[in-house]
Amino acid sequence: MVGLEHYLTVAAALFVIGIFGIFLNRKNIIVILMSIELMLLSVNINLVAFSSFLNDLVGQVFTMFVLTVAAAEAAIGLAILVCFFRNRGTIDVEDVNVMKG
Amino acid sequence: MIGADLTTALPEIVLALFAMAMLMVGVYGGKDKLAEPILYATAALMVMLALYSGTQSLEPLTAFNGTYLKDGFAQFAKMLILVSAAVVLVMGKSVMIETGLLKFEYPILIALSVVGMMLMVSAGDLIVLYMGLELQSLALYVVATMNRDSSRSTEAGLKYFILGALASGLLLYGASLTYGYAGTTVFAGILSTISEDGMSVGLLMGLAFMLAGLAFKVSAVPFHMWTPDVYEGAPTPVTAFFATAPKVAAMALIARLVHDAFGTVPGDWSQIVALLAAASMFVGAIAAIGQRDIKRLMAYSSISHMGFALVGLAAGTAQGVQGMLVYMAIYVTMNIGVFAFILTMRRDGKAVTDISELNQLSKAEPLRALALLVLMFSLAGVPPLVGFFGKFYVLWAAVDAGLTWLAVAGVIASVIGAFYYLRIVFYMYFGAESEPLDTVRAPVQATLLVACAMIMVLGVINLFGIDGMAALAADALVR
Repeated sequence: MVGLEHYLTVAAALFVIGIFGIFLNRKNIIVILMSIELMLLSVNINLVAFSSFLNDLVGQVFTMFVLTVAAAEAAIGLAILVCFFRNRGTIDVEDVNVMKG
Repeated sequence: MIGADLTTALPEIVLALFAMAMLMVGVYGGKDKLAEPILYATAALMVMLALYSGTQSLEPLTAFNGTYLKDGFAQFAKMLILVSAAVVLVMGKSVMIETGLLKFEYPILIALSVVGMMLMVSAGDLIVLYMGLELQSLALYVVATMNRDSSRSTEAGLKYFILGALASGLLLYGASLTYGYAGTTVFAGILSTISEDGMSVGLLMGLAFMLAGLAFKVSAVPFHMWTPDVYEGAPTPVTAFFATAPKVAAMALIARLVHDAFGTVPGDWSQIVALLAAASMFVGAIAAIGQRDIKRLMAYSSISHMGFALVGLAAGTAQGVQGMLVYMAIYVTMNIGVFAFILTMRRDGKAVTDISELNQLSKAEPLRALALLVLMFSLAGVPPLVGFFGKFYVLWAAVDAGLTWLAVAGVIASVIGAFYYLRIVFYMYFGAESEPLDTVRAPVQATLLVACAMIMVLGVINLFGIDGMAALAADALVR
């Protein structure tokens, strides 16, 4: 029997993979965008699992909002990436270094 | 019923509709030729909405099944956000024109981000909180990249976007856990669940994740890495905006979340907030010492100031919230003044940001140097200027709440921080001989610089009554 905790475990694993994808990835900014998407989708699994477990629709409504915002976020991220590529001619993570923080 | 709901949320609705209408006007009208009138119209509407919010009755109202709250706290924060956004828009206009960045989308994007901020401070539900925050952030990612032909600006935008999206992810994960363990997304429902069933581990995790996401938005240590780069890379008028309204909105949102949804268990979150506060105050003060670029310096300064505002929240009392609101109002005024100065820092017609450019400014232009001196002393918290009273209110609240160690840490951090503010003053008055900066040509910036400096001096009489208003706002939040 697949219970709530299984869903939560999968979501937590995906979320952690997403975070590690952002911090450990040394190659390509596109991979970072994919990791961000992975994080948001893992949250959706969480929300839908809770929603079904609680017999409450709000979680699924929340999921629809998250999906919409994630789409807008991806669009803006790619647009910024295109501007960056035009200026620098590269999308390597190691080349994001004009300013040192 | 729906009519009453719409009336309650009128300011947001008006501003959102205005932004969309202006987008149509801009696209089908004269494109960037209309940028200036649209900018002035946006600023005027914001000021009108601020007056509207300020004159509404303080009686708390809820709309849309408790997901939208209108109370004294929201009204205070909205007034601050709207007025500062309008001032920063008008203040940066001339620089945006000179650098060729005044596209008609700029005021519209700012207006949309302000709608997001207004929703944030009025949120009564996790979904509204998330939507407001994202509306604000998405618009800000774009304005940070406004100068799309500059590698600095696009890099700033990219860094802001990636770290901002990470923070939204953390916030959202926390929100999903909170929803799961409380069974509802409405703040009032979460509060009643906690007071009936106590604080479960899942809720604690949810709270910690949400605080981490929000700490990023106020650039509190350890989620501050983006701040210096974004401040440096973004066009200066945009930086001025980043330093003011979004900080107020995010800080108000933290206060709203911890008091409205987790108000019955202050012990669980005040520790987290106190640690964020202490780390921000120290890192902001120490890391700024090595900075030569005034925009980066202001970034670290804002990190440190956010630490002080969080001290007020860590107290977990109405007095602490009042201190936080007073502090944010004073912080915004000081930052508007300093950025009005940074916008006028030019040599031979080109913008400069290195602090050594300020050498001997007092000889060439005594008034301008004096105004910056007052603002710097106020930022450092030197009595009797207004900046001192901001720090006094939050530290006092911390002591009253038994967080004496945090107040002592705040005093030490403010002494360390005073070094780099005073260094700027040193350059202006005792620096090496050098060519003077260009004289100020934009009357708006000169006026704002002098006006903010005057407020820092004259405000010591009664803080312009802002502390009384903040007390009313805090009482609306902490019941």
